[in-house]
Amino acid sequence: MLSALLVMAAIAGVLGAVLGFAAIKFHTEGNPLVDKIDAILPQTQCGQCGFPGCKPYATAIASGEVTINKCPPGGEEGIQKLADLLGVDPIPFGSDTQTKPKSVAIIDENTCIGCTLCIQACPVDAIVGAAKQMHTVIAAECTGCELCIAPCPVDCISMEVIEEKITNWKWKYPVYALTSIEPASTAGAAQ
Amino acid sequence: MTEYLLILVSAVFVNNIVMVKILGLCPFMGVSKKLEAAIGMGAATTFVLTLASGSSYLINHYLLGPELSYLTTLSFIVVIAGIVQFTEMVVQKTSPMLYQVLGIYLPLITTNCAVLGIPLLNVQAKHNFMESIFFGMGGALGFTMVLVLFAAMRERMEGADVPVIFKGSAIAMVTAGLMSLSFMGFSGLIK
Repeated sequence: MLSALLVMAAIAGVLGAVLGFAAIKFHTEGNPLVDKIDAILPQTQCGQCGFPGCKPYATAIASGEVTINKCPPGGEEGIQKLADLLGVDPIPFGSDTQTKPKSVAIIDENTCIGCTLCIQACPVDAIVGAAKQMHTVIAAECTGCELCIAPCPVDCISMEVIEEKITNWKWKYPVYALTSIEPASTAGAAQ
Repeated sequence: MTEYLLILVSAVFVNNIVMVKILGLCPFMGVSKKLEAAIGMGAATTFVLTLASGSSYLINHYLLGPELSYLTTLSFIVVIAGIVQFTEMVVQKTSPMLYQVLGIYLPLITTNCAVLGIPLLNVQAKHNFMESIFFGMGGALGFTMVLVLFAAMRERMEGADVPVIFKGSAIAMVTAGLMSLSFMGFSGLIK
């Protein structure tokens, strides 16, 4: 009886010591999964997913709170990458998230009063200007997130769709819409 | 050397842990929906099972002995849980990529009855240390093989024209039964 107790206590003690040691030795900072998801997200910090930035959205995906189809700037390709990383099936954008054509913000420079509010709102520092000086958008840096439109007190910012020209045209990613097929027609097609 | 090879072959084919001994059915049915997941689960189980059969031999031989044999099951469960926990910590630190793949399946192994079954079968068959390790590894390889084969079949069954009442788990059960029958063909391979 006593030896049984001693043996079990010894096993528990040794395992406890090993696990305690491992917890200190192999301690990992943060969640590596969040960093991996964050690396896939486009880092526009646009907030179209309903979270205040890409990192909070990555954290929410990692904890399984939200689906992976809430990031329009990432596009179908981003969903595919997230699905591969997480081992889930890719899902199309929901009806509440729409993919918009790629566009840039344009500041009407005659109306701008130089309030700097849009500079503070821009997540990628694509707006240059100073207080009481006219602001302007660096088109190459603008991600088209539309975050600068709301703070502008004189509504001088508008979105302009980038038209496809010979200089910026590139092959589209192949997108195949999957549709379910009735069992009967599957059997017919297999023959 | 031949005897170890025989133990390996016998554990993989003739006495396959899932198809012949009918152990470890929960991961067999649960984790066989996707091929990637099945491979991950197989790899994790192989690692844990090889380690567990070695250490449980040591515990049974040196700590328990014949007079404390009633503690076998209890102490094995404690040791397996400890090893799984330790493995999870080490993998998370050393290889986040592997941790990503195995992720949720690692803790599941604690409750996999094949992992407890093989150390107990080792005790029953009076295997020595090396034989225990080879039997554990063989059993785990057999488990992995069957899991991967079954996952491949289930992926194809998704698109097959299965009668409505057999869809899902029902046809999977029937397939598992047929697979088990076919594994009976290996009996008598090793005299």
